[in-house]
Amino acid sequence: MSNHPITLTVNKSPYSLSVAAHHTLLDVLRDDLGLTGTNEGCRMGDCGACTVHLNQLRVPSCLVLAVNADGADVQTIEGLAGETTGEHHPLQEAFINRGALQCGFCTPGMIMSAAAILDEIPERPLSEAAIREALAGNLCRCTGYAKIIEAILEVANG
Amino acid sequence: MGDSWIGKRVPKRDAAAKTTGTIIYGHDLRRPGMLHGKILRSPFPFAKIIRINTERAAAVPGVKAILTGEDVPDTRIGLGRDNPILNRHVVRRVGDEVAAVAATSMDAALEAISLIDVTYEPLPAILDASEALKAEALLIHDTRTSNLHDKRSYVHGDPDAALLEADVVVEDTFLIPYVAPTPMEPSVVIAEFDADGELTVYTTNQAPYLMQYELGQAVEMPPGRIRIKQTAIGGAFGRGLDVYPFEAVAVLLAQATRQPVRIAYDRQEEFLAAPLRQPVKVTIKTGALKDGTLWVRDARALLDIGAYASLGTVIPVVMAQVVGSLYRVPHARYEADLVYTNNPVTGAMRGFGGPQATLFVEAQMDRLAVALGMDPLSFRLQNANRPDETTPQGLKISTCGLKECLEMVGSMRDKHKEPSPPGKRRGIGFAATLNVGGGARMHRSDGSGVIVKVDDFGQVTITTGSTEIGQGTDVVLSQIVAETLGVSISAVRFVNGDTGVAPWDVGAHASRTTFVAGNAALQAAEEARRQILETAAELLKVDTGELVMRDGSVYVRGRPELGLPLDKIMRARHFRKDGQIVQAQGWYDPPNEQVGSDMVGNLSATYSFGAQAIEVEVDTETGQVKVLRVRTANDVGRVINPMLVEGQLEGGIHMGLGYALSETLFVEGGQVQNNSFREYGIFTAFDMPPIEIQNLETHDPLGPFGAKGVGEIGVAPVAPAVLNAIYDAVGIRLNRIPARPEMVLDALETLQSNDRTSR
Ligand code: FES
Ligand code: FES
Repeated sequence: MSNHPITLTVNKSPYSLSVAAHHTLLDVLRDDLGLTGTNEGCRMGDCGACTVHLNQLRVPSCLVLAVNADGADVQTIEGLAGETTGEHHPLQEAFINRGALQCGFCTPGMIMSAAAILDEIPERPLSEAAIREALAGNLCRCTGYAKIIEAILEVANG
Repeated sequence: MGDSWIGKRVPKRDAAAKTTGTIIYGHDLRRPGMLHGKILRSPFPFAKIIRINTERAAAVPGVKAILTGEDVPDTRIGLGRDNPILNRHVVRRVGDEVAAVAATSMDAALEAISLIDVTYEPLPAILDASEALKAEALLIHDTRTSNLHDKRSYVHGDPDAALLEADVVVEDTFLIPYVAPTPMEPSVVIAEFDADGELTVYTTNQAPYLMQYELGQAVEMPPGRIRIKQTAIGGAFGRGLDVYPFEAVAVLLAQATRQPVRIAYDRQEEFLAAPLRQPVKVTIKTGALKDGTLWVRDARALLDIGAYASLGTVIPVVMAQVVGSLYRVPHARYEADLVYTNNPVTGAMRGFGGPQATLFVEAQMDRLAVALGMDPLSFRLQNANRPDETTPQGLKISTCGLKECLEMVGSMRDKHKEPSPPGKRRGIGFAATLNVGGGARMHRSDGSGVIVKVDDFGQVTITTGSTEIGQGTDVVLSQIVAETLGVSISAVRFVNGDTGVAPWDVGAHASRTTFVAGNAALQAAEEARRQILETAAELLKVDTGELVMRDGSVYVRGRPELGLPLDKIMRARHFRKDGQIVQAQGWYDPPNEQVGSDMVGNLSATYSFGAQAIEVEVDTETGQVKVLRVRTANDVGRVINPMLVEGQLEGGIHMGLGYALSETLFVEGGQVQNNSFREYGIFTAFDMPPIEIQNLETHDPLGPFGAKGVGEIGVAPVAPAVLNAIYDAVGIRLNRIPARPEMVLDALETLQSNDRTSR
């Protein structure tokens, strides 16, 4: 199996890596960089647990081959708080205080998706229906989504 | 501060770690020198293994060990004691474990697995439970005399006579499909031996102390030399209540290589190899008297438990409980055949028999009401369970708010129903549920131990054997202890997940943790409090009766100027001649009974009740059923943390809606056909309706601060309420779930052609 050199910026830090052709961005984040906050629920693009921002857009990192991410700017859940002044990003704060997580396995992906949705949909107040539609690629087996939606609405609309 | 922690919306203690991605799940954990294990699984539902050749696999660089059935103990694991670790002579299901590899990388392990050559001789597979019972059927386990794993029967009153006495009887046969717990984190285990030969297993199993014993039996090791450590667990829902071959395989690979070995499923393997909920075929009759008295239930169930029994062996207990005790019913019978087939392996899933049984019981309550010419809600109210009543089955119901819950959800009909848009019809359906709320004695002990330590700095540490699977044991126990000791929640640390350190607990099942571990925590905290007050009384030269614990200090009642902070008291107690520390233990085993083969007895120390009203909109063109809203009212005793209780209900209802309308595994030729989330059909945020929650707070005399269990109560009534709502909307009675559009359309067409012929 051949390896390829790539460069990545992850959470503002630059990396030069040698990656196997069949390894995904998710593999690289978790196994090569030890950033295990991004979770693997399916490896098939179905669950959203692996959502990260790739060049400012949300993607399931399990569907991105690492070689295709060469040169990209990647943000993961570990880097999200760094975007803000507080200890936590407002979405993280809202998820904590509203009980928007149980097992928490979907949570990093949910929050990364939610952060992107806040940019993708400029209308305010952001409607519940719009969030539900935009979040349909992120599965949660625990919460029934109710508190996740509440948390996102709180951050979007204050 | 200073006010009560009970009833507060306190965030989970691990919420920050979970939202920042810093928590370590089973899939995140790596150990130094760790190898990657992979299992070769059978492609056939039933076949003889003629030969296994591992030569090509052994040549793959990085391969450290290969095991086949010949290399492992010939033990049988799982609750049914029927599951070999690696099969030697025969495979009994698609996915059965045949061989295993440990290698230095996942890529190498996968390559090696693909190079193991197995010669099979396929046998005629038994893929239907009734076929399995025929005399000519091959034996799936040749040590047994038939494919009938067990026959269970429950009866009270005289159902045969009662069916004759009843003025109205309805009869239906329901078919309930396979569904999967499928938590977001797939199964994973890491096994590691230390230099002294002690085994540590890192796991997401939900019953670590049972696992310790069961694994010991499986790999022929003294359980005392095994330490189970739980990582953070990305959901469980019953999947992790038994020990399955992959866990024993990891241990044996670690033993063979003397290196830590990790086995981690991906989603496809999870759908293929992790236990599913048993499919059931049930024929049930329910009868009532003209005056609306529910009179009799009589159900015969055929459960396909697959190739290995696992928790299927005890599932009839919970199903019988719904048949025998949901609503007052003077005569009831429940008979179940548990049958081995070459279908997928089954086990436990949230609700554990409750969702299946509540489906057919509550669908029939509706049909019976219509046959009686009664309103379905009034019929339920008339027959609802009451407080302080022992059911004929022996369930000692103490607190019971079922009637009030039904009334609360019933008012959904009073609100003006919007007219249905063209081509669509709307309807409302009801269902109720009874669930164990005070533990459930499925094993000889239903106990839980907690240690509460208060250190020299006034920091409190809870060490518990209870399992955290997302439900919130961490914060609930913290609230109970903080309340008892009058300290802030931030002064309480929560430690669990290590059988080597924490006292025993039977596991996270049966909605038991708040009730059982909560009582143990309360007991330990009260003992710690007694010790602290004893020292404080000495220091303040007053009677302990005059002292109160509040804001991290001990005060003399009515004299707020006379007080001592906790850390001062602790140091005064500790650093002196004959000094003492505070380390108190609590052990609680609820006053409930392990039911015998007759399935009679008080399984739980108390019971939780709930009712749901669901409004649906049926598209008569496409057959699509859309859920417009759900209202749920529940008696779960005193609510310790409303945010968590709501979370359990919302999550349970989500799972119930999937069960009712979309989730199912298509199994053909013993093979799961739709082994991905995309094809399986979990409800998304877009599919979910708004949920309105009303809690009826009773105060249970045995519950910690009056609480009862809540974990499973949301799920069971959903599917029958949806079926009843579909009837209310379009007049069709479905006897199968999930109610996918094709099925609804078929039933609508049948209804229309019947209408035409009857005209
Ligand atoms: S792991 Fe990438 S979408 Fe599921
Ligand atoms: S919190 Fe468990 S999957 Fe979402």
